Amino acid sequence: MSGSPPHRQRQEVQRLLDALHTETRRSWTLMEVCGGQTHAILRHGLDQLIPPQLELIHGPGCPVCVTAAETIDRALALAARPEVILCTYGDMLRVPGTGPSHLLEARANGADVRVITAPLDVLAVARSHPGRQVVFFAVGFETTAPATALLAHQAWSGGAQNLSLLVSHVRVPPAMEAILTAPECRVQGFLAAGHVCAVMGRTEYEPIAAQHRRPIVITGFEPLDLLEGMLRAVRQLERGEARVEDAYPRAGAGVGNASARALITKVFTRCDQHWRGLGMLPGSGLRLRPPYDALDAARRFPSAARPDTDTDTDTDTDTEGCISGLVLQGLARPDACPRFGRGCSPERPLGAPMVSAEGACAAYWRYRERT
Amino acid sequence: MTAPLNLPCPISPDDGPVVLLGHGGGGLLSQRLLQQVILPALGTTDGVLLDAATLKTEGGELAFSTDGHVVRPLEFPGGDIGSLAVFGTVNDLAMLGATPLALSLGLILEEGLPLSTLSRLLRSAAAAADRCGVSVVTGDTKVVEKGKADGLFMTTAGIGRIPAGVSIGPRAIRSGDVILVSGDLGRHGVAILAAREELGFSTSLASDLAPLHGSVQALLAAGLDLHALRDLTRGGLAAALHELCRDAGLGALVHEAEVPVHGAVASACELLGLDPFTMASEGRFVLMLPEAQAQEALKLLRRWQSGAAIIGRIGGEALLLETSLGVRRPLELGRGELLPRIC
Repeated sequence: MSGSPPHRQRQEVQRLLDALHTETRRSWTLMEVCGGQTHAILRHGLDQLIPPQLELIHGPGCPVCVTAAETIDRALALAARPEVILCTYGDMLRVPGTGPSHLLEARANGADVRVITAPLDVLAVARSHPGRQVVFFAVGFETTAPATALLAHQAWSGGAQNLSLLVSHVRVPPAMEAILTAPECRVQGFLAAGHVCAVMGRTEYEPIAAQHRRPIVITGFEPLDLLEGMLRAVRQLERGEARVEDAYPRAGAGVGNASARALITKVFTRCDQHWRGLGMLPGSGLRLRPPYDALDAARRFPSAARPDTDTDTDTDTDTEGCISGLVLQGLARPDACPRFGRGCSPERPLGAPMVSAEGACAAYWRYRERT
Repeated sequence: MTAPLNLPCPISPDDGPVVLLGHGGGGLLSQRLLQQVILPALGTTDGVLLDAATLKTEGGELAFSTDGHVVRPLEFPGGDIGSLAVFGTVNDLAMLGATPLALSLGLILEEGLPLSTLSRLLRSAAAAADRCGVSVVTGDTKVVEKGKADGLFMTTAGIGRIPAGVSIGPRAIRSGDVILVSGDLGRHGVAILAAREELGFSTSLASDLAPLHGSVQALLAAGLDLHALRDLTRGGLAAALHELCRDAGLGALVHEAEVPVHGAVASACELLGLDPFTMASEGRFVLMLPEAQAQEALKLLRRWQSGAAIIGRIGGEALLLETSLGVRRPLELGRGELLPRIC
């Protein structure tokens, strides 16, 4: 009845915390890449229980946060078309584009915007509405890319004429590379996102660990998973090691999912991608490759999918001092921002990490006492 | 990489020009709609909003409440819009300690609704009223064009009698009061989400929909000094505690490990990235009363629901949650939108 699963048992958590306190002898900084991990750390209060000399900095690992504002503008333009049913994940609905509007508001104004949890559901929507054009706004890291690829493959194989995709998938390794090559980089080790590795495995991380001499520990999302990941990363740092290590074996994260990777390769090709807060990162995006590019929403709706860049931005917005770019790179903590709680909140976000359900600023807002 | 880019996004349009679905979710957006639009327009200045109003008459105090119901689907595991409409208003009256006397029922019917469905739902409403010992004494029916309503909307209003000497409300809350919940949280919200078949999950859970006046009357009959009650509908436990603490001008500490959440509710919320503390129940309430009476209240509540529990205490200035790992953090008020996370 308690809803507290066995792997959250306090006794086991305490054992790991004791080990972490005993074995952390020097000051270290770890970055958890994934926004889901950031929220779990703060929701359970792990950041307040770990040794003070172990600093966690929060990475750009929220696909909603990093989706380019211009891409959201395209989604809004597509949703505004009367013949379009726009399907996407729930937490994309709150994120504004370059202007103040978001998909929730578009829906309130009559746009047919639908929340899905599985991309294949979009096929059913398309079949149920043969007279409408169904667009899937596909975002996410490698975790969600295989499901988008499967949708694209089935839609193309089945000759779906009324289904297209606005794809904004991004890859984690280029973002890690970008963070590590920044002159201000303070990251000494990574907790890699277990969900991503459950698809991609560890192969892409090996050269990053070797080249940059940083331990990378594949980590899950429960308190025990997170503490185990931190402990293993600290052990490596204390010993001067820099290996990829799997602390999330129950997800098969060490080897990943070959079928899912094959689907990604079959349907997508890598492209340069603009990240909100990080800028253009070479090879960090995925776009549809032939013949699947026939499903690209930009082809089907050339005007809507490439809107006039002279967007009507909200000139009343005072974003001075917002350091969301630094937060997204792990160069600053949310509560170090001069606007945190002073004109910036989830209700009035000035930067992407405060907008998204998984953004680091939103996590601090939700789970930390504010002075 | 080049110098860090700072690409701020524009201000949220939450104060924008239109009503969003989230404004009806019982969370932060609902509060803002009330405080910034509805109450100022109506000229209401009393900042304390209760489930029902208290009307002073020569014959004693009456409670008066109204409630609109727009649930989809109209029939769901554990109930339907007919029983929900009746229990919803009876429960709002019960939160002031009132016994229901009479109900009104307003129907907005959509063109095309099968008459057999309407009859079934009205019979369900009648059976629910019968169970509560109350009658529907007046009503109204309107029909709108196809596409202008979701089959059927129901609005109930109710009058109830408040026993002499009973004065339940947030202003009676005192520092040191113990906080109880009458059962486990969120079954209704999860059952409805599953019944909509939009989010790709199923559950064997049924809604917790139930009338609450019986358990409240039992608490009063035992002579317990009930300071505040709030049913845990839209916005869930989080919204109820935020509103009560705000109106009482006090904080509270809630122990996460003590809050009863069924495993299936916890799993569904985990899967969808939702918070059980913000999920709606339709047959649960939160209660504040003096510490000396907490165990007796718990024993009584458990006769009705085995999941009833003591979850915390009133005190301090902030509403805090102590996590199962012993760390204290703010107890978040949900925004009101149930938007499943991507991962």
